[in-house]
Amino acid sequence: MPRPEMKQEKSKDFTGSMKRLFNSLGSWKAILIISIILGFFSAALSAIAPNKLADLTDVVSDGIKPNVKKLEIVSEKIGNNIVKNLNINSKEINITKNTDNEQYKIMLKKFNSMSIEEKSNLLEDFEIDGIKISKNDQIEYLNIISTIDENTITNDLLKKLDKLPKSINKLVEPKMNVENLKKRSMILATIYLLSSILIYIESIMLAYMSNGYAKRLRTSISTKINKLPLKYFDNHETGDILSRVTNDVDTVGMNINQSISSLVTNLTLFIGSIIMMFVTNWIMALTAILSSILGFISSFFILKKSQKYFVKRQSELGEINGHIEEIYSGHNVVKVYNGEQEAIEKFDEINNRLYESNRKSQFLSGIMQPIMGFIGNFGYVAVCVVGALLVMNDKTSFGTIVAFMIYIRLFTRPLSQIAQALTALQSTAAAAERIFEFQDEIELSNEDSLTDEISKEDAKGNIEFKNVSFGYNKDKEIIKNFSAKIKSGQKIAIVGPTGAGKTTMVNLLMKFYEINKGDIIIDGKSIKNLTRENVHKLFCMVLQDTWLFDGTIRDNIKYNQEEVSDETIWDACRIVGIDHFIKTLPQSLSANINDSESISSGQKQLITIARGMIEDAPFLILDEATSNVDTRTEELVQKAMDKLTTGRTSFIIAHRLSTIKNADLILVMNEGNIIEQGNHNELLEKNGFYAKLYNSQFQR
Amino acid sequence: MIKLFKNLTKKDLLIILAVIFLVIFSVYLDLKLPEYMSEITKLIQTEDSTLNEILTSGLMMMLCAVSSLICTVVTGYLTSLLAARFSRSIRRKIFSTVESYGVAEIKKFQTSSLITRTTNDVTQIEMLLAMGLQFIIKSPVMAVWALVKILNRSSELSIITFIGVIIIVLTNIYIIKKVSPRFEKMQKLTDKINGVTRENLTGIRVIRAFNAENFQHERFENVNNELTSTQLANQKTFSIMEPIMTFVMHFQNLGIYFVGAFLIMQVGIIEKINLFSNMVVFSSYGLQVIMSFLMLTMIFMILPRAQVSAKRINEVLDEKILVQDGNYDKDTKEKGTVEFKDVSFKYPDADEYILKNISFKANKGETVAFIGSTGSGKSTLVNLVPRLYDATEGEVIVDGVNVKEYKLSSLNNKLGYIPQKAVIFTGSVEDNISYGTNGKRKPNKKKIKEAIEVAQGKDFVEKMNEGYSSHLARGGTNISGGQKQRLSIARAIARDPEIYIFDDSFSALDYQTDAKLRTELKRYTKDATILIVAQRIGTIINADKIIVLDKGECVGIGTHKELLKNCDIYKEIALSQLSKEELENA
Repeated sequence: MPRPEMKQEKSKDFTGSMKRLFNSLGSWKAILIISIILGFFSAALSAIAPNKLADLTDVVSDGIKPNVKKLEIVSEKIGNNIVKNLNINSKEINITKNTDNEQYKIMLKKFNSMSIEEKSNLLEDFEIDGIKISKNDQIEYLNIISTIDENTITNDLLKKLDKLPKSINKLVEPKMNVENLKKRSMILATIYLLSSILIYIESIMLAYMSNGYAKRLRTSISTKINKLPLKYFDNHETGDILSRVTNDVDTVGMNINQSISSLVTNLTLFIGSIIMMFVTNWIMALTAILSSILGFISSFFILKKSQKYFVKRQSELGEINGHIEEIYSGHNVVKVYNGEQEAIEKFDEINNRLYESNRKSQFLSGIMQPIMGFIGNFGYVAVCVVGALLVMNDKTSFGTIVAFMIYIRLFTRPLSQIAQALTALQSTAAAAERIFEFQDEIELSNEDSLTDEISKEDAKGNIEFKNVSFGYNKDKEIIKNFSAKIKSGQKIAIVGPTGAGKTTMVNLLMKFYEINKGDIIIDGKSIKNLTRENVHKLFCMVLQDTWLFDGTIRDNIKYNQEEVSDETIWDACRIVGIDHFIKTLPQSLSANINDSESISSGQKQLITIARGMIEDAPFLILDEATSNVDTRTEELVQKAMDKLTTGRTSFIIAHRLSTIKNADLILVMNEGNIIEQGNHNELLEKNGFYAKLYNSQFQR
Repeated sequence: MIKLFKNLTKKDLLIILAVIFLVIFSVYLDLKLPEYMSEITKLIQTEDSTLNEILTSGLMMMLCAVSSLICTVVTGYLTSLLAARFSRSIRRKIFSTVESYGVAEIKKFQTSSLITRTTNDVTQIEMLLAMGLQFIIKSPVMAVWALVKILNRSSELSIITFIGVIIIVLTNIYIIKKVSPRFEKMQKLTDKINGVTRENLTGIRVIRAFNAENFQHERFENVNNELTSTQLANQKTFSIMEPIMTFVMHFQNLGIYFVGAFLIMQVGIIEKINLFSNMVVFSSYGLQVIMSFLMLTMIFMILPRAQVSAKRINEVLDEKILVQDGNYDKDTKEKGTVEFKDVSFKYPDADEYILKNISFKANKGETVAFIGSTGSGKSTLVNLVPRLYDATEGEVIVDGVNVKEYKLSSLNNKLGYIPQKAVIFTGSVEDNISYGTNGKRKPNKKKIKEAIEVAQGKDFVEKMNEGYSSHLARGGTNISGGQKQRLSIARAIARDPEIYIFDDSFSALDYQTDAKLRTELKRYTKDATILIVAQRIGTIINADKIIVLDKGECVGIGTHKELLKNCDIYKEIALSQLSKEELENA
């Protein structure tokens, strides 16, 4: 059941994208070309086949025509004998050639009225083509012949032929050329078999090619993710990148597999059958083409029109999905605010629109097939009638009609398939464009030239901000001329209301973003001269949204550190206080994070802290999380965090007052800026933003 | 499936009847067509036929073709009408059923599953009706009828067609058997590759911080490899489909001609022509038999999918709704009181109670706060008031009347409920604030402005491009979490409720906004009763009554100061958030 493409997307630069797509196939290019060639040959064979079938049909149909000429020879021979033996020397009676001849008939009448003895005296045995025809057979023959006159219809004549004596019947009987029949059948069988084998090889090759290519595309996207600056991810939605990895790659993989082969096969079939039709019989070729054109035009219009309704249907489906999602997920509010009526009214409105476009698009796409079928039938009748005329005038053979019956189908089917393949290629180009666009994103700067290095072991833990300026956009600086000197082991609290830009500090410290002006100096070395990898090695980071991957607890704690013994893992777990819990799990460290619903968000947080413990880096970035953890786990988490901070230079996005008050330096942020800095008492004395923030929680 | 189709109306059934009739008629026409073809063949073979005779047969054939076209177009019209009608009514039925659900039912199915049931599953059924119905009726009729026709004509040639049918059916069974388990695996692997990629994107900071890019890439590649090889295996299996089909169709044709030729040789002259024309027709009947068997196997591919969808839809429609509407809609003597009398609650199938023997009373104008660790049942407790759940034991009484007796809409008219997760609807800010009905008239612009101002949203709303009529995107993605929460609070304020229920609605706000909002709210709604679920001590420190919950039980009732003295759990919670001196200063 072919369906029009649901989602018709226009690519920005079709030829450009297709060229690039082809070039990016790399080693798969050869396979693609070979399979295209195979597809071409297979289709070409299919186009030739009906012509060969016509030959076969002719062999068969020749085998049903009685050999009337032989009858004439028999009649002539008998007549000559009778004339000879009768001694009627009336040479003027020409009884030879023509059975319709009046005189011959008069003679037959006379002959038939004679007695058997008289008859056999007049006749002689003779042989034709090695078949002996006895006198008795001849008498019988003449008897039957005499009942035939010009008014006898063909059917009766044929019936009479069946009653002829065996010997004569053998002569007249249609002869099937068995040798020829076998030969033609073999040729056809070979063509069909070869064509099927070629299709099979082609589709296997295409399957390897498209899947291999799709896999490579996915790999390239995954690699690319690791090479892109964080800025890209802050500005692009996760869903968007995800759909490139799955939907777009799927579209490309699927379509280069199906559309290309369908395009090649159907184009070859279309052109091939036109050529073969003209080769077989030009008059009938014209008949077939003319009778189909009408159908093509009408189906083209239907396709165009249904496309419009499909687009409409798609957008209305999207709308109703959105509404349903909204109402279902806001169900409690809808209920308590008595919004049910409102919701169902809006639903009905969209649902009715969807009904209309559904009905129309389904109908239009549904009648495509019957119309194509009708074109086939119409062409069929036209071919039969014109063909019959030609056969009767001996301009062509019956086999040609049979061939054209098949050509009509071969020739009408490809066009709609070609149209479908072309729309599919359009969406392939659009999908490929999105993938290429992603691949073309500017990557992180190359760091091969950076030679400075601080090893984990040598790091002391001093850090200095020297007149740092930074902005996410070049024209909007949010951190201006910030300076601070932090000594080894100090705690720096970053505070501020939600959305104040606390993660900006994390971004700069981790070299996720490059600073615009100034410098950050770690143990006397500029961050600019250290590789990102080196900087990351020095920092341990525990963030508020507990990021764990789908795997065992062990894998999550150990993460990418190699050669971490279970002992070390248990040590870390003991320090953060999650060892008891893990021991209660049936699979202990091997328990899967996603499967066990019994792991609460607080426990997950503890696991991320344990992961940080294992990494054991001299600097720490910590995001204190509080909101969705119950108080007891929270206490555990805080204790674990405190243990993590000891001995490390720590930057803490702080929520707890105790952390804030004990911090050596508090950075107060608002709307992206660092607006105040100092310790707790200094800032309270200042009576500024911090003081207000601090006091707000006791406000009545 | 059948159960779902019981939802068909009389008119729908009439349409189906008409479709059945039309399909049978079109099958008749389709099978009649080759007979005229055979007629023409015979005429051509017979030497003395006239052009007129051929034209007559041709005309009859055209007539058949045109009638068949009309039949199928009308059938197409009817089936698309039926499919659209049915899917519209089922979609509506599911939607309104889900609307009448309580939270328990929603939780049982999960929102995302309910969404797919209302959308994708209905679409599956619709597709089945629109595209499948014709096939389902047509292919068996066609298969049987065409079989009868060919058996009547020549049993020897029928064998060839039978062999073709057997090959096709076997191939399809093989493919279905082999591919369908892999389809499930494919689905899982697609989810998995999505999962790993999502993981790589959401954890990008952590991954980079740990220099774990290669580690993640390897994880991705593992899934990628598995996905690719499964897909490849599937496509390889499918690859045999087309060659075998074309092979069978061609060889049937060839076989008919070849065997036919030998049959012709054995019979008398008059029989030969009949046999020959039979043979030509036969090859087209044979094609129809094979095609209809092909369609039949296709149905076996579509049907199970639709069956699953139908089952999922029925589950939604058949679900017994626990919270049933009452009928009390008169005025109440008391106003603004909420009383729990020995209330216990557990989920219908659960063993363990979430709330045990809770009793308290909130009087008009009082603020009652609930605090406790996660899982202590505080959220569930306030959800019993708007009957998002019903108490398993005991009574929940609002304004002196048991909530179960109220007509739900009258009960809701008294309430202003603000959930933990703010809900924003697509539409303007104003639409969102004036959402729903409260039995009185909709709030006017002035009221909306006031509500937003009290909810501390004035500044940001007025900064938006079109102020109060600014458009809010689906799920409120164009505003921040704190802003969403403020609008959701404003929505409750605009309702002028007797009783406010804040289900942990302040967590998304910073301390400063939180404090200011509560002060303003108290000033604006002097008489309203307020129930607050909170995590921060700061939020509830001034409440008239604080109820401390632990594992579903009430372990303390009193003011902040009282509880600090006599409730250990409260003290524990308070100390984890504030230092001793801070608590005393408060």
